Amino acid sequence: MAELTIRGTGVSEGIRSGKVLLYQPLRNQNLPGRAVISEEEVNHELERLQLAREKAYRELHALIERARIELGKDKAAILMAQQAFLNDPAFYPEMEKEIRQQKYTAEKAVTEVVERFAGLFEGMNDQYLRERSADVRDVGNRLVSCLQGKKGLQLAEIKEEVILVADDLAPSDTVQLNKKYILGFVTRVGGKTSHTAILSRSLGIPAIVGIGEAIKQIHDGDWLIIDGSTGACIVNPNPRLMKEYEEKRKIEEQALRQLEEFTFKPAATTDGFRVEMSANIGSPAEAKPALEQGAEGIGLYRTEFLFMNEAQMPSEEKQFEAYKQVVATMENRPVIIRTLDIGGDKELPYLSLPKEMNPFLGYRAIRLSLDQRELMVTQLRAILRASAYGKVKIMFPMIASLEEWRQAKAILAEVRDRLTKEGVDFDPSVEVGMMVEVPSTAILADQFAKEVDFFSIGTNDLVQYTLAVDRMNEKVGYLYDHLHPAVIHLVKKVIEASHREGKWTGMCGGMAGDPLAAPLLIGLGLDEWSMVAGSIKKVKQVISQVNHEECQKLLGEVLELSTTDDVRKRLEDFQKENNLTLSGNTGK
Amino acid sequence: MVTREVTIINETGLHARPAQLFIQKANQFQSEIKVKKEDGSEGNAKSILGMMSLGLAKGSKITIEASGADEEQAVKALAELVEQGFGES
Repeated sequence: MAELTIRGTGVSEGIRSGKVLLYQPLRNQNLPGRAVISEEEVNHELERLQLAREKAYRELHALIERARIELGKDKAAILMAQQAFLNDPAFYPEMEKEIRQQKYTAEKAVTEVVERFAGLFEGMNDQYLRERSADVRDVGNRLVSCLQGKKGLQLAEIKEEVILVADDLAPSDTVQLNKKYILGFVTRVGGKTSHTAILSRSLGIPAIVGIGEAIKQIHDGDWLIIDGSTGACIVNPNPRLMKEYEEKRKIEEQALRQLEEFTFKPAATTDGFRVEMSANIGSPAEAKPALEQGAEGIGLYRTEFLFMNEAQMPSEEKQFEAYKQVVATMENRPVIIRTLDIGGDKELPYLSLPKEMNPFLGYRAIRLSLDQRELMVTQLRAILRASAYGKVKIMFPMIASLEEWRQAKAILAEVRDRLTKEGVDFDPSVEVGMMVEVPSTAILADQFAKEVDFFSIGTNDLVQYTLAVDRMNEKVGYLYDHLHPAVIHLVKKVIEASHREGKWTGMCGGMAGDPLAAPLLIGLGLDEWSMVAGSIKKVKQVISQVNHEECQKLLGEVLELSTTDDVRKRLEDFQKENNLTLSGNTGK
Repeated sequence: MVTREVTIINETGLHARPAQLFIQKANQFQSEIKVKKEDGSEGNAKSILGMMSLGLAKGSKITIEASGADEEQAVKALAELVEQGFGES
């Protein structure tokens, strides 16, 4: 039992250590016996096939019931599709035909028909159809094992903790995995986007795929350590290594558990300073996952994806449906909808925008909307109509001057009047705010604050425009950092200006989701924080460990610093001084 | 026997939900119904496997062919379903 390290592709994070269970479903074993029968045996084979089909049908039925309860409708649907194949006129009757005409055994007939379809699907351009080949084969294998009266190892019957090692896992295998006993899995084939990989991530089971022929060196009952982030599988590790990984696993698990706890906790400092945590989304489908990650609202709904995935301008109705879906999903929690933020760097087939030398300084966002009046009116109508279903706030992107803001507000006022006249329902108290991305608006924040309901600071663009740095250009990337003192001073100016007028400020750029910056933003008194949903718990974790007053002191010190490096160093020191637990990335 | 040529206009082509709707409709008729592609391949219109294995995408031209007691109605109903893009807007 020599120690051996095998490398594959880690597709689902986590360290696990356990006994190997080699899972060899019947499909990987050669079919015994002959393939051809005599005329007299035809009826017997047809009968066997009939019985196997009934049995397979019942087995799938039981699996579907189980999947429905334990795994949800989506997973059950995969199995239901398989069950439908058994009744398909191009499937079972074709197998009967093979037995009658080719004099094949039932097993051979099944394999022939299954491979015909699986082969067809595999060769298709469409990913959805390509994936169906696994389903057809899965049903075929089930039929063959029913024919042979053998019952392979049923994954659902495993009752001890194991690491599953297999050639590959079929869709019907994976729906049976019991998280309690299956510590992890390792497969010979597969890559980052394979069915197995996606499923392991959604189940949260550590997995390594694509270890190739090295699988032959793993045996039933071997001890195995797997590290799903590095792709390392250690077979029969020595005691020292075992202990080392056991420690690593404990630390990792504890950190994860601790972090999970923050998902639904309010974001409040130790002395009770409370802020609002929201998510940035780009499509209605992301609203529900955002709630599940602990979002208290949507701080930025980017509407441009609705416009980019279309061959023509999305109609008012289509936009309304999308906005309404987000608003309804959020159930009266605030949803900030940003009007179209698009320009010459992105193509809209129906708008024919000319290529520009400097698209980020060109015809884009609110500049385009104000010019394409009909587009703006249509979008505002759709947003206002959606406001009848929850708590909508409207936000205009890339405002650079008060004139633009006033024009946008005037168009909105017209749209509201029109809707009122038409007797269309909308929320008359919708708050209207603007993004602060262009330095001119931060500098004039005092003037803007008198006219807006709220600000939302888009740090990604604010950094780009303040430091005159193209963040896609690697040669100047070193400049691109939201911890630059100039950016911090601008953020401070905006927040203070809004508070003086009794208004509030949010932030929807990368800075809001940076755990390292969190104590600074608390010190600045940022009211609403919007970020990628996955970061919410990480930022909440930091906020819950700091004290508001100390963060204000920290801010005072940081405002005296003159370089980005000094700021970063000070924030890192603050972390250490306060012994802050930070999970996740604290980079730029 | 009745035949009619139609072009698939919906974005996702003829798989998943549209394919399901198509075979559901086909199964409401007694006639034997086939779908033929320009390249000569054909599939049983009442079979999800048969339809999916034709790999019909947006822009594919197909011929719907039915023979049986209700062949007229079958071809008409299926052609309309395809031409209306399966209700996708």
